[in-house]
Amino acid sequence: MSRLLSGFDSLLRGIGHRLVDQFWRLGSAARFFAYTLIYSGESLRRPNLVIREIYFTGVLSLIIIIVSAFFVGMVLGLQGYNTLQKYGSSEAIGVLVALSLVRELGPVVTALLFAGRAGTAITAQIGLMKATEQLSAMEMMAVSPIARVVAPRFWAGVISMPLLASLFSMIGILGGYLVAVPIIGVDGGAFWSQMQASVDFREDVMNGFIKSCVFGVACAMIALFEGYDAPPTADGVSRATTRTVVNSSLAVLGLDFVMTSFMIS
Amino acid sequence: MDRTKIDLWVGIFAALGIAALLGLAMKVGNLTSSNLGETYTVSAYFQNVGGLKPRAPVKSAGVVVGRVDSIQFDSVTYEARVNLKLDKRYPFPKDTFANIYTAGLLGEQYIGLEAGGDEEFLKENDKILQTQDAIVLEKMISQFLYSKASESSESNE
Repeated sequence: MSRLLSGFDSLLRGIGHRLVDQFWRLGSAARFFAYTLIYSGESLRRPNLVIREIYFTGVLSLIIIIVSAFFVGMVLGLQGYNTLQKYGSSEAIGVLVALSLVRELGPVVTALLFAGRAGTAITAQIGLMKATEQLSAMEMMAVSPIARVVAPRFWAGVISMPLLASLFSMIGILGGYLVAVPIIGVDGGAFWSQMQASVDFREDVMNGFIKSCVFGVACAMIALFEGYDAPPTADGVSRATTRTVVNSSLAVLGLDFVMTSFMIS
Repeated sequence: MDRTKIDLWVGIFAALGIAALLGLAMKVGNLTSSNLGETYTVSAYFQNVGGLKPRAPVKSAGVVVGRVDSIQFDSVTYEARVNLKLDKRYPFPKDTFANIYTAGLLGEQYIGLEAGGDEEFLKENDKILQTQDAIVLEKMISQFLYSKASESSESNE
């Protein structure tokens, strides 16, 4: 009996320990976020740092974003045509492609790709800087690593993400157009005019833009925090990189649901 | 990678992104024509608005001249009060007729305005007096069945 009780006791203690640990992490993530914002002014006064990071997170992600947007748009065109044709309204394919890209797929798929392409790189880089004690060296030289390393990467992510998402939506729509109009033979005029009649700038395009900005903040913050928080070992950095992808993807999908339910109501 | 090259690439990236956003606004979202300029508001009372929704188009002769601003229930007359925002460029006579139509068989509902012959024009906060309700499919079917039934009972006599 007493053994059973002590087993139960340790189980509860284990749960409690993990819960408290998670809250600690959440708290230090929030503090990290606050510090990043506080030190942002310092790094924004040196825009070269941010521009350099935009090159690494934004420009180098262009290829994967453009290629996948093109294919996503083409697949939407094919699938949409297949279904709409049964109802005799294949001209509405422009609406289908544009709305699904602008509202959902553009921001979400871009954020997922961004987390995989740029987020992991940021985590690994910062984790390795920490493991090789470069961050401590900076502090020794009275250079704040948050101002010098973290904040520029944060702002680069926040700036790149909406630009990439807009690009994704636009290229996806062009991909859908390519499949629907020249290949399948839907009327081009109807494709654009029906799209323009039902896509609203404020309701659809702006809401997608807001979503992508929020995803940019979430992905950049998670990647930076996981890197900064990683245990300074090879194993720790590899685990942190994995956590970046998993947490960013979950955060993006969860935030997407919350924002969509606010925007649609 | 030297500085000028990075600057160039980031510039290209930003230009591409902004161009895409502008493209979405102009080519896809149709920012230019969906936004009405100066508007004036008029109201119309309907017994039944069917599936009419706020932001539905108001058309005259097939051209969009405004949008439905809001739909409320008037608890005095037990009718639906529909507020319409019409473009200032298009004045309508006082005896304009407002109908609720359906685009296609299953499409969205919109308001069609038919201009009358009055010499005075509708002003801000005026009321459109002549309206026709949305067609409710169930009502039409029951009317049809009723008339069929009475027809067959007459022929039996």
